[in-house]
Amino acid sequence: MTDTLGIERASQDRPSEGLARLLGWFSLGLGAAALGARSRVGRLSGIDGSPTAQTVLRIAGVRELGHAAALLVPRRAGWGAWTRVAGDAMDLAACGRALQGRRGERRRRLTYTTVAVAGITAVDLYTAVRVARRRRPEGNEVHAAVTVNRSVEDVYRFWHDFENLPRFMHHLQSVRMTGDRRSRWTAKAPAGRRVVWDAEVVDDRPNERISWRSVPRAKVPNAGTVRFMRAAGGRGTEVRVQLGYRAPGGMLGARVAKLFGEDPQQQVCDDLRRFKQVIETGEIVRSDASPEGSAVQQQMKQRPARPLATRGAGR
Amino acid sequence: MKANCWIAPNNVAVEDVPDPQILNPRDAIVRITSSAICGSDLHLLQGYIPAMKKGDVLGHEFMGEIVELGQGSRDGLSVGDRVVVGFPIACGNCTSCQRGLYSICENSNPNAAIAETAMGHSPAGIFGYSHLLGGYAGGQAQYVRVPFADVGALKIEDDLPDEKVLFLSDVLPSGYMAAEMCDITSGDIIAVWGAGPVGQFAAASAFLLGAERVIVIDRFPYRLRMARENTGAETINYEESDVLDTLREMTAGRGPDACIDAVGMEGHHASAALHAYDKAKQAAKVETDRPHALREAVLACRNGGTISAIGSYGGFIDKFPMGSFMNRSLTLRSGQAHVQRYMRPLLERIRKGEIDPSFIITHTMRLDDTPHGYDIFKNKQEECVKVVLKP
Ligand SMILES: [Zn+2]
Ligand SMILES: [Zn+2]
Repeated sequence: MTDTLGIERASQDRPSEGLARLLGWFSLGLGAAALGARSRVGRLSGIDGSPTAQTVLRIAGVRELGHAAALLVPRRAGWGAWTRVAGDAMDLAACGRALQGRRGERRRRLTYTTVAVAGITAVDLYTAVRVARRRRPEGNEVHAAVTVNRSVEDVYRFWHDFENLPRFMHHLQSVRMTGDRRSRWTAKAPAGRRVVWDAEVVDDRPNERISWRSVPRAKVPNAGTVRFMRAAGGRGTEVRVQLGYRAPGGMLGARVAKLFGEDPQQQVCDDLRRFKQVIETGEIVRSDASPEGSAVQQQMKQRPARPLATRGAGR
Repeated sequence: MKANCWIAPNNVAVEDVPDPQILNPRDAIVRITSSAICGSDLHLLQGYIPAMKKGDVLGHEFMGEIVELGQGSRDGLSVGDRVVVGFPIACGNCTSCQRGLYSICENSNPNAAIAETAMGHSPAGIFGYSHLLGGYAGGQAQYVRVPFADVGALKIEDDLPDEKVLFLSDVLPSGYMAAEMCDITSGDIIAVWGAGPVGQFAAASAFLLGAERVIVIDRFPYRLRMARENTGAETINYEESDVLDTLREMTAGRGPDACIDAVGMEGHHASAALHAYDKAKQAAKVETDRPHALREAVLACRNGGTISAIGSYGGFIDKFPMGSFMNRSLTLRSGQAHVQRYMRPLLERIRKGEIDPSFIITHTMRLDDTPHGYDIFKNKQEECVKVVLKP
């Protein structure tokens, strides 16, 4: 799937991942409640009073803790969501059976419980389907593309000057040309440290493509290709990036992955969105809530949309 | 500086916030001389648009004086210029901007990835209009930062008062675009749902563009009276008569040639039951919007006619009469107004006296009284149609 900008969005399902984790915490809470405060939960939900109810609750509690583990422990909460759907089906069946024998106030409470469980089932089902359909990056390679309202020549020239790359690639601090085809890349690493490696251009066809890779024995083996194509009908230039963070012969892909954060695909998409902004408008757009510009990590922790207080303010 | 901030659903407050600063080369800082409360601010107020955060500065209709400019400002803006600012933030360089589709600028929403999850693709950023549309601080304040000022700020060089030019920022171009989307040809009858500022400007614009008759539909007698007196439209009060029957009768069975929905997501319905149905679905989040006006516009429109939707919708609607729409060859056009495209030509029309948008102003108050302004506007008290705020 590609967006308006033509950026491929393999990780478009991030929010449902977040939802999956939220459900995980929810499960944890339910499980703890069902086991720790069994009689109160039983009374509230209207399923108390039958000899089997206590056992059913205990089983449900243990099951919820299982869901929580499945949803919260793995890095990608895929199958955990499906275990919840299965659990919900059991709950609904149990509620249905229990409803047959209940009257009055307890029937009313049990009805509410059933409706709530049905609602939760819908959310679980939605989450499970979304998470399952999530496209994972293949191996250690990401692809992304964007359409830029500039000529192929302009776009090629801008990218070919590697010293421009840190303007839109946020993990880079600087790229310095050290020779005709050689360059030294400095990237920001976690905890204020820096990573430096040398790269060389291995293929350079003007207005068509540029390929580069880190030199052998680089700390962070990586290789990339960017291709430029005239978009049909005067729509500018299609820019397609392919980035491998395990260079030919290299094997320390994980170290590069660290550089790109948890989601290299999203990082590259954000980079290309900024590339489009820089080359089309000359700047990276900033709002008061996203003063760092368009990076999903920053977007997730939005500030209120009001001016920031900094030194020298006051008019 | 002082600014009107969103606190929680149905709660706004004027607070002290830091002054805005230049963040980007093409920014301008504008000292606001007049701003306004827009009908779509009510959707934010009531929490129908998600992605609002406590403390967000509201307001997307404003004008003032440039007090500071970034290094890269072009196109002849200078400090001291008096400007009106269009509500969509647009870069002027992307394909959409260059085609005049400023409200879908491809570069101005720094939260585009979030908007894409909700809408598929992202529209432009908007001042003071939720984090989904950029998280920009708005203009119900003393100062505002205007990104891409060379595209968004229109210089007002003559001494036309604020009241005559302020609405170039939103409601006048919105109404005008609504009428333009109807592709009016001579003899056309245009029906407009909603007699708020956008609906009234749509009615006035429809006449400017050659409509023979315009029929405005609302439920507040004072708004209908205003539309009659200021635009020359005929009116229907939908609480007193059945809209479909009346329109059929007024157009001798044909139906209006084009129908403008200037109502949007918080529509009301004369039938309490139908209104309750949509309110309940909205409360349960099964649909986000109440599309009464849109449904009625589809059913009322003549065969082969056009529905022009300018009222704001946020998410999903229910029970759209698709069968009627498809079988009768209707066309639906919509969009947030591409304000920058209309500002200059409409300023020209104001200068020539073809339209004087100040007729919609019913209240002028101090910025400090903004919460009260929201209150009377929302509850349609004191015959409120448009509130202008003075800092
Ligand atoms: Zn507005
Ligand atoms: Zn643009």
